Amino acid sequence: MQPDTTSESPGSDVTSTVFKDTELTLGLPGEARFSGGKTCSKRGFIETSMDLNLGDSSSSSHTRGKILAGQDFSSESLVSGAGKPSAAKRQEVVGWPPVRSLRKRALEGCKYVKVAVDGAPYLRKVDLEIYNSYQELLRALEQLFMTCFAIHGNYVGEGERKVMDPMKEMEYVPTYEDKDGDWMLVGDVPWKMFIESCKRIRLMKSSEAVGTLAPRTHPRSCTYNEVAADQQLKAR
Amino acid sequence: MQRMACSFPDEVLEHVFSFVQCDNDRNAISTVCKSWYKIERWSRRRVFVGNCYAISPGMVIRRFPELRSIELKGKPHFADFNLVPDGWGGYVAPWISAMAAAYPWLEEIRLKRMVITDENLELIAKSFKNFKVLVLSSCEGFSTEGLAAVAANCRNLRELDLRESEVEDLSGHWLSHFPDDYTSLVSLNIACLGCEVSFSALERLVGRCPNLRTLRLNRAVPLDKLANLLRRAPQLVELGTGAYSSELRPDVFSNLSGAFSGCKELKSLSGFWDVVPGYLPAVYPICCRLTTLNLSYATIQSPDLIKLVGQCQNLQRLWVLDYIEDAGLDAVAASCKGLRELRVFPSDPFGPEPNVLLTEQGLVSVSEGCPKLQSVLYFCRQMSNAALMTIARNRPNMTRFRLCIIEPGTPDYLTLQPLDVGFGAIVEHCKDLQRLSLSGLLTDRVFEYIGTYAKKLEMLSVAFAGESDLGLHHVLSGCENLRKLEIRDCPFGDKALLANAAKLETMRSLWMSSCSVTFGACKLLGQKMPRLNVEVIDERGPPDSRPERCPIEKLYIYRTVAGPRFDMPGFVWTIDEDSAMRLS
Repeated sequence: MQPDTTSESPGSDVTSTVFKDTELTLGLPGEARFSGGKTCSKRGFIETSMDLNLGDSSSSSHTRGKILAGQDFSSESLVSGAGKPSAAKRQEVVGWPPVRSLRKRALEGCKYVKVAVDGAPYLRKVDLEIYNSYQELLRALEQLFMTCFAIHGNYVGEGERKVMDPMKEMEYVPTYEDKDGDWMLVGDVPWKMFIESCKRIRLMKSSEAVGTLAPRTHPRSCTYNEVAADQQLKAR
Repeated sequence: MQRMACSFPDEVLEHVFSFVQCDNDRNAISTVCKSWYKIERWSRRRVFVGNCYAISPGMVIRRFPELRSIELKGKPHFADFNLVPDGWGGYVAPWISAMAAAYPWLEEIRLKRMVITDENLELIAKSFKNFKVLVLSSCEGFSTEGLAAVAANCRNLRELDLRESEVEDLSGHWLSHFPDDYTSLVSLNIACLGCEVSFSALERLVGRCPNLRTLRLNRAVPLDKLANLLRRAPQLVELGTGAYSSELRPDVFSNLSGAFSGCKELKSLSGFWDVVPGYLPAVYPICCRLTTLNLSYATIQSPDLIKLVGQCQNLQRLWVLDYIEDAGLDAVAASCKGLRELRVFPSDPFGPEPNVLLTEQGLVSVSEGCPKLQSVLYFCRQMSNAALMTIARNRPNMTRFRLCIIEPGTPDYLTLQPLDVGFGAIVEHCKDLQRLSLSGLLTDRVFEYIGTYAKKLEMLSVAFAGESDLGLHHVLSGCENLRKLEIRDCPFGDKALLANAAKLETMRSLWMSSCSVTFGACKLLGQKMPRLNVEVIDERGPPDSRPERCPIEKLYIYRTVAGPRFDMPGFVWTIDEDSAMRLS
């Protein structure tokens, strides 16, 4: 179990290292629709990988854009607590369908926030409305920033209080700025409240997070998704 | 010919040239001979730069010393869909600085997909005494503070159009910065602003500008204020409402209806956020005059849409949500015989299941019923080759055809075949097709059709399509008029690109993301083609830290006479002639 403390490992295939063993936690976007879907049964139909080449253990970046038959996709749907596949919102492939942000926002009451990562030269925007839980959001953030680091997630599990597992490998702490301008730890408040109050997100280096955040609203920080943690550990 | 050309004094030639406004014609004039080149460049007043990095501000200024109007475009089109990372570029600053010094009489600036800051806006406001037109289309980087500077200082401003820009809303008071004696406003479009503008300032502004023809309000302007605005500007030709919702009250309704009736010149309507259907009849009196109707934010159902659209016999342009459904499009086909452009947007693009009864049939109906239909943007969830073939045969006059089948790789739902022959029919029958966007399940065959038939095609958008490099090769080798090609998530690699390297210099730009192009090929292209900028956009770190055969994330190639740019962020790599990998 090697902690990967470098966010950019030269040479080796960064993408596949992260995603090789994450079949349960990081399925393909929109994977739910493939279960029993018409495209699964047809060989030779073109199925290009969405955004990131996930779930395909033989994948190196070479398979990007190549034809993948439906069977290559894991038949397990996203572990998202979202019941039936038909009820789950289609996970967003970046920029598809090609609807402009302004339009999306106007129609869906989208909640786009900027996400910054300490040390990375670029920002991303995510729409908080498409996620149903902290779990989903953190997973999406991992995907988005495509690095080997793991994101330390302390968040309220859906009603359940799980035992907190102190993780030594955690490098980045997800924090957010709320409506009052305070920087808080992601996971402190119930998910719905978080969506409403979050203005932007910053993945802060753990070393800096200590002492800079506003006091927690919940006395007991709880839950770390053990499955997610295990998967990430195996990937190291 | 030479003798004849010299026998006219320059002033006469200049006068003749002044009747030629079209850019292409003026470009042609300038190539006739040296003397015509000289006269033309001194008399050119307007320039369009399709890619702000294709040329430098200095070069434009040196050639055209007397410009009054400039239009610039920055980021690639796919930036609209978040495919271009923040910070890529498209900064207008160097242009504004250079022009502030060179063109004190500049009147018009039109920008699309560029980054403009408050400082840039302040410089514009200070530098150009006769500034008249500012159009910022899909721009970003500025706030309402910058707008305040423009409002306060541009005494001759006619047009302020913020078309879909991202504006940081610091305060709605910027509008109050228009001086009390400022009366020259002709066009104001603030539809994209989130914040409330000072309503009394808006009312006074509208009331004192007799030439106001276009007013597009933002969502924050409530419906009960609309009537007052309309009564102050009955000469309006184009109106964008704010939120179209209010408690249903007869007095508010009749006030609104009366105000609309008073606008005898109104031809274009938009806005309609949060529509309460009970208020729609307020616009019925003016429907028969409407030529443009943008209901693409109106979340109303098909029956209400049918009632509305059924009265718009003179409609030429209709933008609407897929709530209109096939039934609504049947009504459009029956009532709007002059329709030229139809855009149908998805109300629930990320939902896994269809939420409305909109299929290919709606588009087929309109193609049958509307003989002038030439421009289509259509989001739907199912399509068939048969439908596409029907549309193609019905509408050989189609010039813009953009189809987005929401699920990537969706085949013909009747036959389960790829949609190659359907799109093939489109390019074969629609001989003047200029713009095409593909979707659905597509093999290399569709590209063969495109390369064979789409001889007038200028812009092509491709996503999740094709099987091999042959597809890309067909397009690059066959489409003689291709200027812009944008591709995402297709299995196209190095071969077609390198085999058609020369073609790239005849185009404005090529975008490829999530394809199979390697860094090695990019280096080769960059070295061999000095008049192309080959930009590798990759957020995973330096491309040479991965094997050379590893596909890059994104590629943007454009022709340029300005050489490599110097404002690239850390995730953009470019290679130039001396084969050094250039980092920003």
